[in-house]
Amino acid sequence: MARLTVNGQSHNVDVDPNTPLLWVLREQIGLTGTKYGCGIAQCGACTVHMDGVAMRSCSVPVSAAEGKQITTIEGLAAGGTLHKVQKAWLEHDVPQCGYCQSGMIMAVAALLKEKPKPTDADIDANISNICRCGTYQQVRAAIHAAASA
Amino acid sequence: MTYMPRIDRRRFVVGAAAAGGGLALGLDIPFGGPNVIRAADGSPEVNAWVVIRPDDTIVIRIARSEMGQGTLTGLAQLVAEELECDWAKVVTEYPTPGQNVARNRVWGSQFTAGSRGVRESNEYVRKAGATARAMLIQAAADQWKVPATECSATKSVITHKPSGRTTSYGKVAEAAAKIEPPKDVALKDPKDWTIAGKPLKRLDTLPKLTGAHVYGLDVKLPGMLCAAIKDSPVFGGKLASFDAGKIQGMKGVKHVVKVGESAVAVVADTWWQANSALDALPITWDEGPNAKVSSASIAEFLKSGLDAEQAFVGNESGNAKQAIANAAKKVEAVYSYPYQHHATMEPMNTTVLYTADRCEAWVPTQVAEAALASVSEASGLPIAKCDVHKLPLGGGFGRRTAHDFVQQAVTIAKQIPGTPVKLVWSREEDMTHGRYHPVTQAKMVGAFDANNNLTALHMRISGQSILSFVNPQNLQNGKDPFVFQGLNPGGAEGAFGYTIPNLLIDHAMRNPHIPPHFWRGVNNNHNAIYLECFMDELAHAAGQDPLEFRRKLMGNHPKHLAVLNAVAEQIGWGKPAPQGVYRGLAQHMGYGSYVAAAAEVSVTGNKVKIHRIVGATNPGHAVNPAQIDRQVAGSFVYGLSALFLGECTVKDGRIEQTNFHDYNVMRIAEMPKVESIIMPSGDFWGGVGEPTIFVAAPAVLNAIFAATGKRLRTFPLKNEGISFA
Repeated sequence: MARLTVNGQSHNVDVDPNTPLLWVLREQIGLTGTKYGCGIAQCGACTVHMDGVAMRSCSVPVSAAEGKQITTIEGLAAGGTLHKVQKAWLEHDVPQCGYCQSGMIMAVAALLKEKPKPTDADIDANISNICRCGTYQQVRAAIHAAASA
Repeated sequence: MTYMPRIDRRRFVVGAAAAGGGLALGLDIPFGGPNVIRAADGSPEVNAWVVIRPDDTIVIRIARSEMGQGTLTGLAQLVAEELECDWAKVVTEYPTPGQNVARNRVWGSQFTAGSRGVRESNEYVRKAGATARAMLIQAAADQWKVPATECSATKSVITHKPSGRTTSYGKVAEAAAKIEPPKDVALKDPKDWTIAGKPLKRLDTLPKLTGAHVYGLDVKLPGMLCAAIKDSPVFGGKLASFDAGKIQGMKGVKHVVKVGESAVAVVADTWWQANSALDALPITWDEGPNAKVSSASIAEFLKSGLDAEQAFVGNESGNAKQAIANAAKKVEAVYSYPYQHHATMEPMNTTVLYTADRCEAWVPTQVAEAALASVSEASGLPIAKCDVHKLPLGGGFGRRTAHDFVQQAVTIAKQIPGTPVKLVWSREEDMTHGRYHPVTQAKMVGAFDANNNLTALHMRISGQSILSFVNPQNLQNGKDPFVFQGLNPGGAEGAFGYTIPNLLIDHAMRNPHIPPHFWRGVNNNHNAIYLECFMDELAHAAGQDPLEFRRKLMGNHPKHLAVLNAVAEQIGWGKPAPQGVYRGLAQHMGYGSYVAAAAEVSVTGNKVKIHRIVGATNPGHAVNPAQIDRQVAGSFVYGLSALFLGECTVKDGRIEQTNFHDYNVMRIAEMPKVESIIMPSGDFWGGVGEPTIFVAAPAVLNAIFAATGKRLRTFPLKNEGISFA
């Protein structure tokens, strides 16, 4: 039994302690906005925040998430207001298929917390999420827009 | 959170089951006449494409699949343009293929590949909008007892001009649905478009930002179990045995089932449990006759085609072989292109509910009707007892035109009747059981006369035929015409853009056992590299500027030339580049559109920095320039990922790459600045999802040559030690 705090709510889940956080979020808690892409922390589609830090949840055992504040894409918009990254994404019409964008948005939201005005070099160094549709040009523009929002 | 299947809301209450529609059941009595077909909420269909709710919401039916390429929004724009409705109140929905079949394919083809979504259906979807508008106006005129010619519609409001009376679409939709549709409606001149042709935002963005968008992977049905699968690691191999006893006690595990002749699946309460148990399941394979095949043996097999006598001719004029024999100067080069994986971000998956008399599947598919056929075939039930509910696709790129995973899911679910089962491939299963970009090699030979005029070109392609695997009955006396994409003497699908006195383009078919498939751009990807890099080689051999050299051969191909000129001008061809920066260009035509690219790169050691790529496209009509702009940039990412990084190698008959650590792709740090030029000439309809991918790689390769003087003819570039800076 693991006790998790996700988007401010407590959950008791009966799973093997080695189960990746990603699958607990998706299958036990029912938050499917966090996506499975690779399972080996390569693609970033599963990015969530643990105590405000971006983590690839496919490679975090649920036991390591206990006692942490976990935020998923479903919890990013506080009180029904879109986060500034989501707003910038909407304004720049960023997603194509959209599958990677939950993770991309979570990664960018964490980056902006650490570096409120990231340079292109900061973006290059910190955002390594894979987007096969190739939205990178819109992603970069929207990051800068969110940073100056 | 339980995903409630939307089937009930989408299923049409009346008439859907009656071929041809219009069969009245009692349900329509409260709403109106006997011929009205209704959405499940009771709102009337004005026609099959347009449902209007009393609150003026416009529901536009979209037959093609949305996988990121923007087709859903573009098609809705075309309908809305003619409908003259309020764009702010437009929503979309997919009819199912079962409904399409039941209604004599009223929505036409649901095929979504080959950049066909808009270009093939634009006329009939616009007519659907225009017809609905005429019926709505007629209904208002009838109510007012005035001639329809005195009425007009804009933004879902109908106005009777002489009296100034107005009403809305929602108020007259009920009456409009009963009006005999006009036979011939005039379509608007694209010059007058106010919705189509505009850079509108996509209709489906918001739920992609909040986690609310339900992809196939996210489907959840009451009582659903999850399945993980392993198919024979060697294509053509079989499942020999497995020891289910070893995993039977594992938590959550419910079933271990054989899937066809070659696969085994574990079914459990959750997918993680299923996949963990599958990893622990002892399996032995009968790897079959392909277990010794390697990349090296495939390359040897293809090499045998480069000089083979027998070849299928795709384009021929004059006598290229003789002209080459008599040449004053001959230039020769051999190129090759590797297997690529689609690597959609969302792995293959399907959810199926099978009962003895019905089988329904929830599928991210590019071809809903083919998915339906797969469900019917695998379930053994007739089409009328099956249906497919299309989900948004987490990437398609051609992979989801095949339905091997649907067959598997149905085969599993059939063994557990009454229980919904969601099959999800692990990334490892996905990577090793793809349908791959075909492998080819090409021997290019050019001939010059004593004055450095190009007298002949022989392009011999050796390698794999997609059609032989996917659709062999469509071969033409053994020839695969798709092999010659972009190299044909003419035609909308891909016409060769040069006039060369003696030309021979032929194909020696060599089909290894790895299954090939349509992969964004398809055969154009290697054809454009072979041709456009070799044209660059020929220009240099002749001591001529690559642009000028091409221009001399393109006089009969003004549309090809126009896009090439456009990128040359924008990149500043002929003017000095910044210090250390070098340029290359390429043009090609395919999927109905003319495209060109010009790249600026700098090379330091083995590191290539792509500073800028200008991409030009003439798709005939530009339905949404903002989305086309994104397709240009996105296609460059896909094509350049393949050029620099993408390769699936074969060892012991199986694909060696298993995940993104060894099948790497571009990240944001490697993204060049992309500038798109959208230059529709207005006289045809071409595609936009793929064409620009053709030219990214050859433009960059030609720029690398300009920088280094070294020709690169085997790919990906990582094998040459070359990487993104």
